[in-house]
Amino acid sequence: MAVRPIIEVSHLSKIYKTESIETVAVDDVSFTIHKGEFVAIMGPSGSGKSTLMHVLGALDRPTSGTYILDGENVENLTDDELADIRNRKIGFVFQAFNLLPRTTTMKNVAIPMMYAGIPKVEREATAKKFLEMVGLGDRLHHATNQISGGQQQRVAIARALVLNPALILADEPTGNIASAQAEEIMAIFTKLHKKGHTIVMITHEPDIAEHAKRIIHVHDGKII
Amino acid sequence: MDYQELFLEAIATLTVNKMRTALAILGIVIGIGSVIALISLGQATQASVQSQIQSLGSNLLTVQPSAQRTGAVQGAFGGGTTLTLEDAKAIETSGQITSVRNVSPELQRRAQVTTGNTNTNTQIVGATAVYTDVHKVTISSGSFITEQHVDSLSKVAVVGPQVVTNLFGENASPIGQTIRISGQTFTIIGITTSKGGSGFQNQDDIVYVPLTTAQKVLFGIDYVSSISLEAKSAEVMTDAQNEVGYLLLARHKFNDPTQADFSIFSQQDILNTASSITGTFTSLLSGIAAISLIVGGIGIMNIMLVTVTERTREIGLRKALGAKKKTITLQFLAESIMLTFTGGVIGIIVGILTSYVISLATSSTFVISPAAILIAFAVSATIGILFGWYPAKKASDLQPIEALRYE
Repeated sequence: MAVRPIIEVSHLSKIYKTESIETVAVDDVSFTIHKGEFVAIMGPSGSGKSTLMHVLGALDRPTSGTYILDGENVENLTDDELADIRNRKIGFVFQAFNLLPRTTTMKNVAIPMMYAGIPKVEREATAKKFLEMVGLGDRLHHATNQISGGQQQRVAIARALVLNPALILADEPTGNIASAQAEEIMAIFTKLHKKGHTIVMITHEPDIAEHAKRIIHVHDGKII
Repeated sequence: MDYQELFLEAIATLTVNKMRTALAILGIVIGIGSVIALISLGQATQASVQSQIQSLGSNLLTVQPSAQRTGAVQGAFGGGTTLTLEDAKAIETSGQITSVRNVSPELQRRAQVTTGNTNTNTQIVGATAVYTDVHKVTISSGSFITEQHVDSLSKVAVVGPQVVTNLFGENASPIGQTIRISGQTFTIIGITTSKGGSGFQNQDDIVYVPLTTAQKVLFGIDYVSSISLEAKSAEVMTDAQNEVGYLLLARHKFNDPTQADFSIFSQQDILNTASSITGTFTSLLSGIAAISLIVGGIGIMNIMLVTVTERTREIGLRKALGAKKKTITLQFLAESIMLTFTGGVIGIIVGILTSYVISLATSSTFVISPAAILIAFAVSATIGILFGWYPAKKASDLQPIEALRYE
């Protein structure tokens, strides 16, 4: 029996309508990603890769086509059901880090667990464990605006991992970071891949995409 | 995420922007504070008016002549001449009247009182021996007018402490000395205890003389200005009012009570009128205060709307990380409730302190109404929910991608 893929996308399209103009951002895309894969989705800006990432991240609904994430069909779900899917199945790493300012790294990492209803004591222990894993064991009680960009992105990675998601979705994870620190971030992703995590990374930089084992090229909303 | 955590989180968020939080709270503090201060000010006024009225005597009924009609001209109230000493004696001796303990016919006029080279214009009360019982007047030194003084038209006077101060100076002891009222010499035989009150109702600025002396010697008249009646108990007030009413109707030969040339009113009537006036006054004040409370609530809503716009990215992130609509709504509601709750608590303290300061400054009674506090508190919590709901709803309706894109 074949292993069920983590991501199953078939004939997926996303069309934005503004008054009379229709913009096709994602045009009839189909692909599958299996457990443990490290995939880069590459394309220039305006290629539709960000829209694809939003749909994959259950942040947005496709206009047509199906998207099955870890065995769950993401179509026709309510906002709250989508929130639940994002919480349990996806770990996000954003370009702009998106951490809560003036809040400790521990608290930031604990947020997904808070929405999952995990008790506070357990949350703190888990947050500590993952912060130590990304090498920030000595920054547990620092506010996020007191640490460097590279460190902030490591906090974001720790946050993405705490609920052991089926998919880690990284959107230009090194886009706002100095190149030396960018290498450290990519080293963490490589390590996570070796541990068996499924990683999908959106980027437009070829040298970053090289870290992935498989590259999906997107252009004008289509896979090429 | 339990409720305790929700509120701890709200407090943490609110302490980040201290200045804005303080200003939002200030609106509620002023609203709640003024509601409580003004309600207690109203109630203090009410209490002091009531205690002053009660100090005039308990179970008191007053018979006064009605306004006199001369053709179509309505005379001044209380200016009638239809009540006489004989009416008072009839009430006292009638076998049908069982509910009245004491009958005190009185004559009140203002007159000039002089001694040596000082003089004062004061209230002269022609009284009988029972006056002290009926009106709860006590004597601090000397003695009050006796029946014998009334029978023999004695030229003796009992003076209030204010009169003593005005004529003889502070803390003087003028018993045995003489004063002149309308040119007649009177010997002071007693001084009453201070009762307080001021202006028109000043109980200390009175000179008491025997009723008959006032009628015959001072003013040359044979009527009385009022008859005060002390009922045997509070329960028989109505009985007393009816008994006396029928007796006087018969004596004055009236069949129709509406045509009567006298009226009887009880202290309770005065009390009720005064209460309704001060009650209106209190609600007027609280109404004004309530407006400031609503303005404070709008201030909270304004701050919360700004907060939602400012934290669009944060809301988007929280939703991306799994926050449901309800969670976001509750988060923002918790913040606005915390604002109004804190404002409410501080407002109650400020209100109580203000009323205390007012009571000290005006030397009135310090009254705090638990109901006012409870209502103020409930209102502030409701304002938090009402005015916080719209911004919270707006926050929870944000789409995560829109919010994440927001710069």
